[in-house]
Amino acid sequence: MTLPPLTCDFLGWQLHSPLVLASGIIGASASLMARAARAGAGMVTAKSCGPTPRAGHPNPVALDWGGGLLNAIGLTNPGAQEEALLLAETKRRLAPLGAPLIASIFAGTVEEFGQVAAIVAQAQPDLIEVNISCPNVGDEFGTPFAGSPESAAAVTASVRQATTIPISVKLAPNVPDIARIARAVVAAGADAITAVNTMPGMVIDAASGRPVLSNQVGGVSGPALKPIALRAVFEIAQAVPATPIIGTGGVVTGQDAAEMLMAGAAVVGVGSAVWYRGVNAFGQINVELAAFMAGQGYPSVAALRRASIRRG
Amino acid sequence: MAANLPQAMAIAQIRDENARTKTFVLDGRLEAAPGQFVMAWLPGVDEKPFSLAQADPVTLTVAAVGPFSRALHSLAVGDRLWLRGPLGHGFTLPERGSSSVSVSRPHPERGSSSASVSRPYTERGSSSASVSRPHPERGSSSVSVSRPHTERGSSSASVSRPHTLLLGGGYGVAPLRFLAERLLATGHAVSMIIGARSAAELLLVDAFTAMEVRLWLATEDGSAGLRGLATDVIAPALAAAPAETAMVYACGPTGMLRALAAICQARELPVQLSWEAPMRCGIGLCSSCEVGDGWLTCLDGPVFGFDPSR
Repeated sequence: MTLPPLTCDFLGWQLHSPLVLASGIIGASASLMARAARAGAGMVTAKSCGPTPRAGHPNPVALDWGGGLLNAIGLTNPGAQEEALLLAETKRRLAPLGAPLIASIFAGTVEEFGQVAAIVAQAQPDLIEVNISCPNVGDEFGTPFAGSPESAAAVTASVRQATTIPISVKLAPNVPDIARIARAVVAAGADAITAVNTMPGMVIDAASGRPVLSNQVGGVSGPALKPIALRAVFEIAQAVPATPIIGTGGVVTGQDAAEMLMAGAAVVGVGSAVWYRGVNAFGQINVELAAFMAGQGYPSVAALRRASIRRG
Repeated sequence: MAANLPQAMAIAQIRDENARTKTFVLDGRLEAAPGQFVMAWLPGVDEKPFSLAQADPVTLTVAAVGPFSRALHSLAVGDRLWLRGPLGHGFTLPERGSSSVSVSRPHPERGSSSASVSRPYTERGSSSASVSRPHPERGSSSVSVSRPHTERGSSSASVSRPHTLLLGGGYGVAPLRFLAERLLATGHAVSMIIGARSAAELLLVDAFTAMEVRLWLATEDGSAGLRGLATDVIAPALAAAPAETAMVYACGPTGMLRALAAICQARELPVQLSWEAPMRCGIGLCSSCEVGDGWLTCLDGPVFGFDPSR
């Protein structure tokens, strides 16, 4: 059986795989991001950076609770200036691998988002992901911006004005109507949407009577997030059908990736799978996805995407 | 679904090993391979990685080097600590009856423990063999050569047990105790080199003396054993070995591990190195423990069949 190719189009780029290293996973190192691309990721996303360096939260910062992961790393990052150097080095290392680089940014104010975007833009990443939805730093960053169409649009417009590099806005799953947010950010200039960030959650250790994470609460990812992400991607795809979606949340197998494409994603983010399957998860998911497509008679990723589900 | 939640375990016994090191025997057990680690959590204090000194009962040998380990040292019998794990890839036994030793292949114990203890996706165990060598040019030095050894129970009795050489530097000795017991239980001959700055800092000498191992001591100041580094004792230990050496294992300071890797490459000996790195998530997300060109100590290691820093 000949496996179908996994090449696909995203914002005019020809990717060798629809899999994308999601932000926050092994994205603090050029070597590791290059390794993800060698393992089979079609694009890679760096860890989010903000205006100034942050150490992140004390340990424990993550755990596997059974149905998925919970993490609150706390936006550990070296600050935008240092990040720009890392991004430039990463882009250099990704070039021979044919994998576009996605920078990821967060900030505390609408204006700061534009400033951080302008700094990371110096490294010429192929796409800037605007993280308006990190759940792990309280109201300090992120959550408020993702919570209303107005603030999400304001951040998008700020970044749009700061750079000509394409932007994808990363949305939170915990909003009453994600389609409204999606329409707002697209109207404000988003070229793509990344959906979704982790779902806020908590794990309590009953024996000690304490939350396990030092931050008390964190973001749920992995298998528990998949149905939430599928629904969000489906809603967004109906709301803004011309905008490509980086569908992210709980994709661990090739069949998971196929489901995300069927929900309406253009490409598929992969993050927690690195814990479940190692960095080589990308290669394994690619093989499984191609085998699934062959078995179901999909000759290409585009054909699979054409089979995406419409509201019935 | 299998989880990796912190498990509370009470301290059943505390032993002073040297002036700054204690062994904590806990009232629980883990299905783990030697060289695997746990994240030990004291609620409200911190969470830090420790290689297992024993898995059944769970035993940690901890030097007081920072706020967390000092807090651990202040605990008493009956107090609890919380462990997340086992995590990472541990040591693998030399392959028996094979003319080539592949250090990157997990032994069955490891595959089963990781599948049963922590993760729903059993493929992960098998994937690790390929994950560990994405750079073809890298692995060639460490896997290419091995010495054939006579299988146990064969007619040539004098070389019936494959020989293994273990090097522990400083508090890196702790996980090698677990490994030595596993090696002895599976019919291997064991030579153990314990190195430290001085006699007072030697670790677990009594424990290894009680085992059926050829024990070598090295101290930098010459206050016990041979004067010098643990790596200085490799040549005499190999010369005195009862059989060809099927595998060299080590845990200790990075400088020792790098020097050992170079020695083993020159001598064409397969080696497994237990690496140490600052650890945060312990599950492959945060990249804090990266070593060399993109190796994750928590997921790819902490035991590597090559020098990951090169």
